[in-house]
Amino acid sequence: MSGFLGLLTRDLRLALRRRADASLAVLFFVLSAALFPFGVGPEANLLARMAPGVIWVTALLAVLLSLERLFLADYEDGSLELMVLAPQPLELTVLAKALAHWLTTGLPLIAAAPLLALLYNMDPAGLPMLILAMALGTPSLSLIGAIGAALTLGARRGGVLIPLLVLPLNIPILIFGVAALDAALGGLNPRPHIMFLGALFLGSLVLAPIAGAAALRQAME
Amino acid sequence: MHRFANPGRFLRLSNVILPWIAVLAAGLIAVGLYLALFVSPADYQQGESVRIMYVHVPSAWMAMFIYTVIAAASASSLIWRHPLADLVAKASSPIGACFTFLALVTGSLWGKPMWGTWWVWDARLTSVLVLFFLYLGHMALMGAFDSATRGARAAAILALVGFVNVPIIKFSVEWWSTLHQPASVLRLDGPSIHPSMLWPLLAMGLGFKLYYLALMLVRVKSELIAARLNARAATAAQLS
Repeated sequence: MSGFLGLLTRDLRLALRRRADASLAVLFFVLSAALFPFGVGPEANLLARMAPGVIWVTALLAVLLSLERLFLADYEDGSLELMVLAPQPLELTVLAKALAHWLTTGLPLIAAAPLLALLYNMDPAGLPMLILAMALGTPSLSLIGAIGAALTLGARRGGVLIPLLVLPLNIPILIFGVAALDAALGGLNPRPHIMFLGALFLGSLVLAPIAGAAALRQAME
Repeated sequence: MHRFANPGRFLRLSNVILPWIAVLAAGLIAVGLYLALFVSPADYQQGESVRIMYVHVPSAWMAMFIYTVIAAASASSLIWRHPLADLVAKASSPIGACFTFLALVTGSLWGKPMWGTWWVWDARLTSVLVLFFLYLGHMALMGAFDSATRGARAAAILALVGFVNVPIIKFSVEWWSTLHQPASVLRLDGPSIHPSMLWPLLAMGLGFKLYYLALMLVRVKSELIAARLNARAATAAQLS
């Protein structure tokens, strides 16, 4: 457990020292979402209707953008080799890296999402649901992304490969995240969608470290 | 299974059974097509366009079946390091992608006259589209490494992760009842489809399966021969 905490604080400290890197994902999130009104026109009703989908899709892409550096820096400078050799289970290492990734990418996205909801003229009554859905959904994005990031270590064009591997697996999170928000905004019961998001999170919490650790092991062979 | 781990034994065995499988596949598909196009009746509502079913449904079965084969081969490659499992996965992936594509295209062609649209974002269609992307990712990851073993190992893990999608596809029509109809052949209470349509469908399904088996054996064989040639070239380079 001390190894888990040590790795987590190390990653957070590294992210804090390179604040520009960590803030890139949020910047991308806000910027790309700000492009849609130029594309479809600034009509307030249309934007409010689009808000859940646009926020979720751009959040997904922003997480994707930051995945490549999840293991790559450690892979290149050799510290990943030490993590694989360490007595700590590799699954815990993957979990710590994914948690650090979520804290530096997912959490800022959640914080920025209300701003986008405001820009898109979304009904403020949906805000708690937006936060809740993103809080349940973005950790799964980090966990599933960790598998893709680990699998493409050492690959040619790894950065282009990650989206191809990770996006299909992320689609369920997108579907239920948007559905929960749409239900809340439309006055329906969002509970089943939230339950699904929670189930996806718990499932990936168990499976992603195992698959990620297997991927890291074969990358280090 | 480990008896066939020896590539030489595998090659000898596949040389013997390959012609039989190929002939049987061609015969079954020919009979199935004849039954489907000339003998089976037109649907009382859909008319002649129901005949698309005899290609669409077996392709969709194959799309899921081949992914299951890839996942099983990947598991045996990761667990037992079965030397042929990686080759089976590698050989199957493009075939599966083609069948998935065929299922999507024929479904789209069938959907236009029946549903009035080429595409709907229905759970079944979406999950099959995801399966198609998983096949593409599998192939891309396999070819993305300088070392073929590395690529095969990484692709095997991806195939196992992506396998969660297969049960979702199978049950998507029951969990979300939307435009795509639920299963009418593989059901617990027996097929709900008339024998005059069921038999051509089953002939086509079995024909497609054997066709896949024949194609897969040919591809595995050529992979083995290519590996042998590479090894020979490497030793020749060392000696000279």
